[in-house]
Amino acid sequence: MSGTYLGMPAFPEAAREAVRDGVLRANLRHATHTIRGKRALAVAELADWDRLRAAGRAVKDHTLRHLDRYLLQLEAAVTAAGGTVHWAADAEEANRIVTELVLATGERELVKVKSMATQEIGLNEALQAAGITAYETDLAELIVQLGHDRPSHILVPAIHRNRGEIRDIFRTEMGRWGRPAPEPLGDDPRELAEAARLHLREKFLRAEVAVSGANFMVAETGTMVVLESEGNGRMCLTLPETLISVVGVEKVVPTFRDLEIFLQTLPRSSTAERMNPYTTMWTGTTDGDGPSAFHLVLLDNGRTDTLADPVGRQALRCIRCSACLNVCPVYERAGGHAYGSVYPGPIGAILSPQLRGTADAIDASLPYASTLCGACYEVCPVAIDIPEVLLHLRERVAQGGPVTRDGIRVRIRPAHGHTAERAAMRAARLLLGHPGALRAGERLLARARRLRPRRLPGPGRAWTDSRELPAVPAESFRDWWAREREACR
Amino acid sequence: MRAALFVTCVNDALYPRTGIAVVRLLERLGVTVDFPAAQTCCGQPQYNTGYRHEAEPLVRRTAEAFAGHPYVVTPSGSCAAMIREHYPRIGRRAAAEGRGGELAALARELAPRVYELTEFLVDVLGVTDVGAYFPHTVTYHPSCHGLRGLGLGDRPRRLLTAVRGLELVELPGAEECCGFGGTFAVKNPDVSAAMGTDKTAAAAATGARVLCGADNSCLAHLDGLLRRARSPLRTLHLAEILAATEEEPLS
Ligand code: SF4
Repeated sequence: MSGTYLGMPAFPEAAREAVRDGVLRANLRHATHTIRGKRALAVAELADWDRLRAAGRAVKDHTLRHLDRYLLQLEAAVTAAGGTVHWAADAEEANRIVTELVLATGERELVKVKSMATQEIGLNEALQAAGITAYETDLAELIVQLGHDRPSHILVPAIHRNRGEIRDIFRTEMGRWGRPAPEPLGDDPRELAEAARLHLREKFLRAEVAVSGANFMVAETGTMVVLESEGNGRMCLTLPETLISVVGVEKVVPTFRDLEIFLQTLPRSSTAERMNPYTTMWTGTTDGDGPSAFHLVLLDNGRTDTLADPVGRQALRCIRCSACLNVCPVYERAGGHAYGSVYPGPIGAILSPQLRGTADAIDASLPYASTLCGACYEVCPVAIDIPEVLLHLRERVAQGGPVTRDGIRVRIRPAHGHTAERAAMRAARLLLGHPGALRAGERLLARARRLRPRRLPGPGRAWTDSRELPAVPAESFRDWWAREREACR
Repeated sequence: MRAALFVTCVNDALYPRTGIAVVRLLERLGVTVDFPAAQTCCGQPQYNTGYRHEAEPLVRRTAEAFAGHPYVVTPSGSCAAMIREHYPRIGRRAAAEGRGGELAALARELAPRVYELTEFLVDVLGVTDVGAYFPHTVTYHPSCHGLRGLGLGDRPRRLLTAVRGLELVELPGAEECCGFGGTFAVKNPDVSAAMGTDKTAAAAATGARVLCGADNSCLAHLDGLLRRARSPLRTLHLAEILAATEEEPLS
């Protein structure tokens, strides 16, 4: 598995397989509908949800506007608290920094807290190449890792798997990575969780190095915050001697008090819990308690370029709650893998083409992986107008336009493969620009109405493969009006 | 009261019955209907596919065609949302890119005068009982642009429940998208059809005879799936149900 998944087929092809996979669709439908219903109830409990949402948005926007200032403040606070800050411009640099830090400890294995940032940069693979083994300790990440699979959901990376599949993975793979699964192993969730617990305990007790991400970083105090449900993250964050946290620069908030908002909105949006079971906070190092060495790797990897775009930058407000995935009807049918990135669903459709650019076929197709139904915007706890950004990125793909790459403003050309579409749009504009021409076209269509084919050639096939064409009327509205109304005046 | 009809390009070419129904309905309610012949398309297909520049001339054409009409009524939630939500934005962007402030002014000026049909009936005319008669079981799909874009709320359902003889049955998962999504239907045909099939299955399971909506684009997609599956369920635009009376039933 790779962190970037580039070179994937474009979304429509990748989604086609998922749509035909009945088991996958049933797994996804069940999981997303359950969590969607629970989230709605958890959110409805708070009378001030709209104000929390607006506040979360405002804090994030303010921080992003002054990102340079807050990051420097954060660096100073982390350093003063005994930590070391490293700046990584891209995935390669971040991977190199982490690899060197681990090699310097003399260790060849480490435990990991579930983290989107390390997946984004493909850290596990980079470590593997340097002879270091990273063990995922989040239950769902463990399932993905053992299954030689890719995560398909931000919060529930193994959402595409059912219990039977998980049991089979545990049975065949656990032994190769450490403590084997107990025999016999059933597919009862409790049995599966116990097998994972025993397997992981061995890892926690042995580990000298841990790698994590963070949900938030507090600029004023240098505090890192991780929210989780299982407690495995807390084990990694407290037991090992060395802790390395790789965090996207957009995760900073100005003050400790700002957490008040997100500690309410994040759990309710993601797991539909009033409060997540484990909130772990750490500030630098403390003698005799927790890791004695703490490194913070601040990851850019396309973020400041994204920040330069006035419409697209709102994607950086994302707190990775995954609520937008759970309500998205496209995600529900296409599955997370079709998005070709660790960020699937609606947020992935706007984040990946910004972080990675739109040159690759998969990235150019992502802004079109939505019906613009607006369900994602409605649930987003930081009010990211995902449909607005999708339209903005479609424009970039279809028309080209100004973007910032590596800090430099450039004009990109329209993406490949849109020539026929562009010609059709121009032709339509000519027809629609002249009501007389439109009327003539409608009459032509009406005259040919008996020829209405069942299958269309070319791009129209995509419609007629599964749907009948609408019947063409004998007379357009325009002609009806002229005959009925204008004639008698 | 006078109102100008924006019939939309899809209705003009493929669903003239919907436009005719709006005319009959409004005239029955005492409204004089104008049809500015210079209108064509609101530019939504272009804009939603990423061709904002191609949409601009259509924004201009539409705004000019309806200049001077205090009420512009359209039987399409998505076209109403396009004009209300996106026209001002398109105008601003054009002005910012140096293509004159005139388009911005035209777009801004048109937006608040445009009403989706049910908004016009309920909010402007103040009616929910339009005197319709339609003795059938109906289920209603509130398309996304009507539901979330315009916030039509329960207006369509209030109008439907006031129709004599009509039995309205709830559509489970009504707020979920049908999978049409403009060019999405051809760019992502597999996902689109999967979404639509779930929607039509839910509608068929209600036992209703008619699947009603207020956007013929969504209905064209759903109807296409239903007919391919030889389902007895038929789709109808809300306007046609509201236009039907005992004296003049739906043909
Ligand atoms: S975009 Fe909004 S809803 Fe989606 S994961 Fe991010 S914060 Fe959550």
